[in-house]
Amino acid sequence: MIPRSTYQRMLGWIGRITLICIVAFLILPAAVVTIAAFNDKPILSFPPQTWSWRWFARALAYDDFRHGFFNGLIVTAWSSTIALFVGAMFAFAIDRYRFPFKSLIEGILVSPLVIPHFTVGLGFLILAAQVGLSRGFAVVVACHVVLVLPFVLRSIYVSLKNLDQSYELAAASLGATPFRVLTTITVPLLLPGLVSGWLFAAILSFNEFTASLFVTSQRTQTLPVAMYNYVREFADPSMAALSVMYIAGTAALIAFATSFLGLGKVLNIEQTH
Amino acid sequence: MQAIPTIEQNEAAVRFDAVTKRFDDVVALNAVSLDVQTGEFLTLLGPSGCGKTTLLKLAAGFLGPDAGAISINGRRVNELPTYQRGIGMMFQNYALFPHMSVADNVAYGLKTRRVPKPERQQRVAEVLALVKLTGMERRMPRQLSGGQQQRVALARALVINPTVLLLDEPFSALDKSLRTSMQVELREIQRKLGLTTIFVTHDQSEALSLSDRVAVMSEGRIRQLGSPVDVYRAPTDQFVATFVGDNNKLRGRLLSVGDSDAVIELGSAQIKVPSERLAKLEKSAPVDLFVRPEQFCVVSANEPSAMTGHVVAQIYQGGHVDLQIECPGASRDRLLVRSAGDQAVVRWPMGATVGVSIQPGGCAAFPAE
Repeated sequence: MIPRSTYQRMLGWIGRITLICIVAFLILPAAVVTIAAFNDKPILSFPPQTWSWRWFARALAYDDFRHGFFNGLIVTAWSSTIALFVGAMFAFAIDRYRFPFKSLIEGILVSPLVIPHFTVGLGFLILAAQVGLSRGFAVVVACHVVLVLPFVLRSIYVSLKNLDQSYELAAASLGATPFRVLTTITVPLLLPGLVSGWLFAAILSFNEFTASLFVTSQRTQTLPVAMYNYVREFADPSMAALSVMYIAGTAALIAFATSFLGLGKVLNIEQTH
Repeated sequence: MQAIPTIEQNEAAVRFDAVTKRFDDVVALNAVSLDVQTGEFLTLLGPSGCGKTTLLKLAAGFLGPDAGAISINGRRVNELPTYQRGIGMMFQNYALFPHMSVADNVAYGLKTRRVPKPERQQRVAEVLALVKLTGMERRMPRQLSGGQQQRVALARALVINPTVLLLDEPFSALDKSLRTSMQVELREIQRKLGLTTIFVTHDQSEALSLSDRVAVMSEGRIRQLGSPVDVYRAPTDQFVATFVGDNNKLRGRLLSVGDSDAVIELGSAQIKVPSERLAKLEKSAPVDLFVRPEQFCVVSANEPSAMTGHVVAQIYQGGHVDLQIECPGASRDRLLVRSAGDQAVVRWPMGATVGVSIQPGGCAAFPAE
């Protein structure tokens, strides 16, 4: 039999190697795309022979991408904010009240997790055509609200579950009306959950492609849709350059949220028992 | 404090009138009636699940009763929401708002009452001085020790001049030495302010040492309401006798029942007890006799005594010694005998055969269960 220490050391090494492999596997696509973005030639190839920043300039200057980016911001801002309010209200209702068909409603609210995005997109497309709505921002926003709502709902629901109700009772005992309790105690204490829920929704919405493909038009197309339309015609590294900017932007946003909004610090509320 | 015109002389500060509360099929409170007098420190004592916390929550308005009426200062509050009741409440975990400083926590109840800022600051400073936390205004709750957090919670409840102070096991999170000093301090402040206080605890020694009156609760009912001395010396039933303080339960036999006293035979001894709860019993019926550990007297085996046994354990407590004595003839359980001072350690060593007699007075007896 192998001595215990050698056996353990072997296990440790196997574990480390496995971990490295998994991490490498996870970042592999992003790494390949990042390297490909700096190719000087107008082809998507790996690894590049000559290097350049020019596809970044091209991506930034391309009109469809610029419009797509700003359209995406509009859609994301509206849809994640609406989802935040709706999700917060549902989360409250589910956490605090008992009502008939509660589990059914809960199920419907999280159902977009099992319904494919293209189904949701197609549904909204048919619906919009039926009621004579043009494919404007309203339809895109509505579609995105449905898609991101489950995530927001879950995030807020978990925060609510972890919120010690005695804070709210203490505030009420000190003479605070329910509205005052909500604004001075509940919402501030839930803020980390609300911010992270909103952020998560925003990232999902901004990246959403499948459903957006159905409900956007040339005028309202979001960045992922614009990118899809681009690769149908061109195959140059500007796509890769855009991806790199995408990743950098999202990472910066999350880093900002974590450090400047103090997500970590606020989340670390000390329990007194 | 504003005077409420309808208040009568000797009106209870808080009155529970046949209050019933159910949770699904479980009856948490069964037609409980209780008057809490103005300025009194009343303790609700009982094991977990006895309904004491439910009663407190009903007073606070966190729950509504299914039947019965609750009134504060003569005003029916059944439908009055918590925020209009003017109560002060201290929670088991203190529930200090973690996102507010000490000063903001304490000022919270004044802000909801729209007290102008200069007065607010003054009252916060005063109450923080009262609980000895001057200088801590800007600290956050997580930067405070357990004792300090409790003082903030008390200050926050006191600063609004509550009509009644409700305390939900506030000392359970503190270590023992700190607990005692906080208890004394709380009681001093409560006396000084003449504040009607309802205190919930499962700790019987805490209840005995702090209260003007104790309501011993079990299974949704008040089993006994009385002063700590009453509850300790004259329990009204077996539950109270067992739950409050240490007690020895011995099986005896009823010898005779008089108007006020009954005589119980235990081994070779005859013990006089109040006859109140034995009146209906036949002569020579079995009774359960409750004897406090300090009412036993250990004597040499050859002296006349109620029973004989031998010492099986010595628990030295500094100021007194607890002896466990096995008396096979009198009880299946070991007797707990408390001897003041520390002489018992030497005098009654382990394994010694001893006689145990019972000092007259202060025993309680109930029909055998």
